[in-house]
Amino acid sequence: MYVIIAGCGRVGAGMARRLSEEGHDVVIIDEDPASFRLLGERFGGQRVVGAAIDWDVLIEAGIEGADAFAAATDGDNTNLVCALIATRAFEVPCSVARVYDPLRAAAFAGLGVRTVCPTEDARTLMLDEVRTCPAGRGE
Amino acid sequence: MFVVVVGAGKVGLNVARSLALLGHEFILIEQRRTRYDLLLEEMEEGLLFGDGTEMWVLEEAGIERADLVVAVTGDDEDNVIIAQLAKHVYGVPKVVGRINNPANRRTFDLLDVDATVSAASMVISMIEHELPHHQFVPLLSLRRENVELVEIEINEESPAAHLTVSDLRLPEGVLLATILRGDAAIVARGSESLLPGDQVLCLLPPGREKELIRALLPGRRPEDVQAEAGRDLLGP
Repeated sequence: MYVIIAGCGRVGAGMARRLSEEGHDVVIIDEDPASFRLLGERFGGQRVVGAAIDWDVLIEAGIEGADAFAAATDGDNTNLVCALIATRAFEVPCSVARVYDPLRAAAFAGLGVRTVCPTEDARTLMLDEVRTCPAGRGE
Repeated sequence: MFVVVVGAGKVGLNVARSLALLGHEFILIEQRRTRYDLLLEEMEEGLLFGDGTEMWVLEEAGIERADLVVAVTGDDEDNVIIAQLAKHVYGVPKVVGRINNPANRRTFDLLDVDATVSAASMVISMIEHELPHHQFVPLLSLRRENVELVEIEINEESPAAHLTVSDLRLPEGVLLATILRGDAAIVARGSESLLPGDQVLCLLPPGREKELIRALLPGRRPEDVQAEAGRDLLGP
């Protein structure tokens, strides 16, 4: 599988390393070349420096032949815009955007953009944790 | 008409002022606290503090009943997202977006923004302050509505210099909306005098630029003045 990841932070770099180890072709894009340090020295994929909403940068990353696109930069709007570009302009069959804001994540999911909302996930998991706590300590 | 303007930079503020002058209802959203506080001194109403890409802020602004949304923040991603939310979530009939980086024009076209205003024109308007021969800057084009917003610098040779707004002879259909003088923007009331060095913002139907240039800058060939500003700024 040919995968492009936008944003080389903890999530993007972690995904890139794992997918690369699994034998996939991985290209990672970030505006800041220093961020590629998170990939470690053994990362076998390609690194592209540039803004992921720039079509020329996406083309350089090989988006015209990509099977999947994941947007995990630190900006919700950037992630949504590049996922929209990947899907609508380059017909990438599967693209997903990380969106921290639950309202925007839900709204764009309704418009056909696949979104992952860490805030919603954390909310659910934290609630589950809290609900398993035994009550009655103050009684 | 009710208009939601997101981003109270130079473009957003002047759009809001023009809307006020034309008697339209508007709300201007700004997320920078210092800018918001500064504008609060000028505008008693129609100003909202917040991130205009947050849906609850847009809803507080009343986007559900907006006839037009103008997304003119300094971030192209934000402008695109505001346009998408406005059109596809809130059913706003028309959306204008500002392109800060010309490389992003394709994205605005792809995502069906009705009209775009290019940042390149902003750069030229900044250059204009340094280079006095840049006297004409197209700022905004609403193609379907047949309205353009242009900026013209009044010089000493202009017959408009030292005249009051009501004494000006402007071409049919042209509205002089705002006078930019130093750091101030002045509503162009009839009694206001134009001074050399003023920049005036005019609303006009497309195709009237040459007549307007002839009226305000008669010593110059309109073609030359427009060529300096870059014809492509008004879009295709």
